[in-house]
Amino acid sequence: MSRFASFAKSLPLSGRIGLSLVLFWLAVALVGPAVAPHGVGAFVDQDVFSPVSSAFPLGSDYLGRDVLSRLLWGARYTVFLGAGAALLACLIGTTLALTAAVRGGWVDEVLSRAMDTLISIPSKIFALVMVAAFGSSLALLLTITAITYVPGNYRIARALAVNVVSLDFVTVARARGEGGLHVALREVLPNMIHPLLADFGLRFVFIVLLLSGLSFLGLGVQPPYADLGSLVRENMSGLVDGAPAIVMPALAIATLTVGANLLIDALKPVEKQG
Amino acid sequence: MSAHVAVKDLRITAGGKAIVDGVSFEIERGQVLALIGESGSGKTTIALALMGHSRFGATISGEVRLGETRVDRLDDAGLQALRGRRVAYVAQSAASAFNPSRTIMAQVTEPLLVHRLAGKEEAEARAVDLFRALALPSPETIGARYPHQLSGGQLQRLMAAMALITRPELVILDEPTTALDVTTQVEVLKAFKVAIASVGATAIYVSHDLAVVAQMADSILVLNQGRTREQGAAEQVLHAPADDYTRTLMGAARPHARSAPAVVGKEALLKVEGVHAAYGKVPVLRDISLSLAKGATLGVIGESGSGKSTLARVIAGLLPRSAGSVSLAGEELPKGLEGRSREQFRRVQLVFQNADTALNPVQTVGQALARPLAFYHGLKGAAAEAEVARLLDLIRLPAHLATRNVRQLSGGQKQRVNLARALAARPEVLLCDEVTSALDTVVGAAILELIDELRRELGIATVFISHDISTVRAFCDQVLVLYGGTAVEQADAAAFGRGVHHPYTDLLTDSVPEMRAGWLEQARTRKAVLAGESGDDLCRFLPRCPVAIAGTCNAAPPPLRSGDGLALLCHHELHDLEGMSA
Repeated sequence: MSRFASFAKSLPLSGRIGLSLVLFWLAVALVGPAVAPHGVGAFVDQDVFSPVSSAFPLGSDYLGRDVLSRLLWGARYTVFLGAGAALLACLIGTTLALTAAVRGGWVDEVLSRAMDTLISIPSKIFALVMVAAFGSSLALLLTITAITYVPGNYRIARALAVNVVSLDFVTVARARGEGGLHVALREVLPNMIHPLLADFGLRFVFIVLLLSGLSFLGLGVQPPYADLGSLVRENMSGLVDGAPAIVMPALAIATLTVGANLLIDALKPVEKQG
Repeated sequence: MSAHVAVKDLRITAGGKAIVDGVSFEIERGQVLALIGESGSGKTTIALALMGHSRFGATISGEVRLGETRVDRLDDAGLQALRGRRVAYVAQSAASAFNPSRTIMAQVTEPLLVHRLAGKEEAEARAVDLFRALALPSPETIGARYPHQLSGGQLQRLMAAMALITRPELVILDEPTTALDVTTQVEVLKAFKVAIASVGATAIYVSHDLAVVAQMADSILVLNQGRTREQGAAEQVLHAPADDYTRTLMGAARPHARSAPAVVGKEALLKVEGVHAAYGKVPVLRDISLSLAKGATLGVIGESGSGKSTLARVIAGLLPRSAGSVSLAGEELPKGLEGRSREQFRRVQLVFQNADTALNPVQTVGQALARPLAFYHGLKGAAAEAEVARLLDLIRLPAHLATRNVRQLSGGQKQRVNLARALAARPEVLLCDEVTSALDTVVGAAILELIDELRRELGIATVFISHDISTVRAFCDQVLVLYGGTAVEQADAAAFGRGVHHPYTDLLTDSVPEMRAGWLEQARTRKAVLAGESGDDLCRFLPRCPVAIAGTCNAAPPPLRSGDGLALLCHHELHDLEGMSA
């Protein structure tokens, strides 16, 4: 715990704000359903789009459901599905990129062209086909969103890795007789970790948007469950009234993504430390 | 009349730290002042302050006067009118100072056009005159070319043309020849001297090379950590320095021969026979053979592009050779990295030129040194820590540096760590690729002595690659001179000292500036006899050779002349060459 405290202390103010927002949303995602006052699909209000009141702290939605409860239930989809897919995409993309950059030659060529092919498939159509074929499930959503964002991460990671691989210390490691794994993980990866983290933050935001887009088409998280993105979508008609039902989920997405990016930006680039 | 340029009590501070601290000097009209010192001494910062420019958001205080103008009091518009018109700047690396997407002429005439001093036609006419004064090839048409079509020496002269075209009162030359080969440097220096004199400009010459400064300067200011150490006429500072620091600089500039000869083994440890190598289809090494005994040092010299670094890469296996063999203690090494055993890797270690990029910036000194220990010798934990401490002691760095990140070290310390990492493998052959060329003279001399000492103590065979012929001569038992990928001369130290050389070696030797005024004027620049002729089998040096024999050199490949520890490729007999070298 003291290590965590000293880590938090080392961050600038913006980073501490980001860290607390991220921690807050993680907590909500973990314990949300347990503390939610109502069930996720329970119709509890006679009125729709009712304003903030003591009974409904964040108002009610287009069907008269409690927005606070739906937020508490929905956060877990966005946080875990979004972060999980982003993590998976970055993990796969960066691994392939390191392989391509360190091996070079035909390995690089084959991987890069395969990624180009993947990029050329429109992500929504791809998702549509996959859901039509296998039916919507959380595992499938995770896979689809991850696959969609692998090529982008691969492109960035490969560009970074190719630059690092051309530096003298990598040549030194090779002349020392080091294997590809050591070169990739010990010499190259630590020198590109910060831009990769920034890329992770960006991809996380994209995935939240893709998920809500899929939900809009009825392909995402299935009702009565909803992720934060679909909460915004389904309450779209409340926009003209300024109903809290649309403002609150939007605020939730904003604080989560801004928090994640503030935290990532505050992590010092390795080359500027000390 | 008062001095043309006067600087009084100049102080430049950044973040509360003084980079330049109370420097004052005056330059008479048409004179050249040299600022010398190591990197970080503030010499470039002072030079830029004369244009009213400061880097890193530093603040300038004190008085800077050019003619009647107080440069330090000018506003932005005033500075804009001053820069490029009255004060011009020639940067160190011309290759990166030119815009690669515009023609030379467009860039050279730009200062005139920007300041509306001349029309396009007049500007181009003036540029061509300058090209001629700077002895550039085909002055009428060179302006139509793009930067990538020209050599480094030509670009550096064009950069001077760009600076001089507005006929400025003051020219600032910031290490303009540091990045050039010695042979090119002579030509560029000559051209600079003539061109500056013809414009009648006052000049400030920033350099760390005392011998070059001796050719250019009327007076010298020696700087150390932003303070003036010594100031005076060039003759006095160079030949009767009053300050201790100046004397240290002078001492480091002249490599003295090593104190004790090495104990050299009898049998060849590293043997390279008939090696050829190519990048793609471009051959870079042709038929190189050498043999090196335990504890011996081989110096490899040549200009950039001669293939000297490639030779080290081929031995280390980074570039697979296309023919020939490399063997270590009788055991042939595989061509590339693949197939070499860990033991074979361990026995040959390569030390790179630039320690800034050769050390992984995320590692600490300890991590960088511990890796080869774990990799080759399986040392871990306390044993590895003790060995790291021993290595740091060997390269004379304090043990507490082990926890420091490599980026926090100075250039000299980094190069020591770079060296220690190679030594951690306990190698038998050490390949040193220009290990001192990125360092200041004083620091470089210390590294050289360290290498020589370690070599003697540990009995490591060293291949010492350098462009500096005087260093090689002082430190090596054998010398290999490369030109265009061919070994034009190979000799042991005694034979090399006798003065019989290949014409190319003579050219290299003659191009090293001597530390006396007037050397530049006396330096021979002998014209090539058969310029423009070359062929695959012919002597590689033919297009530049001043003593080529028409009908022989351009007809047949040069024969090998050898005798008494010397071997060279030339059509001239050895005793004829002896006369030419003198």
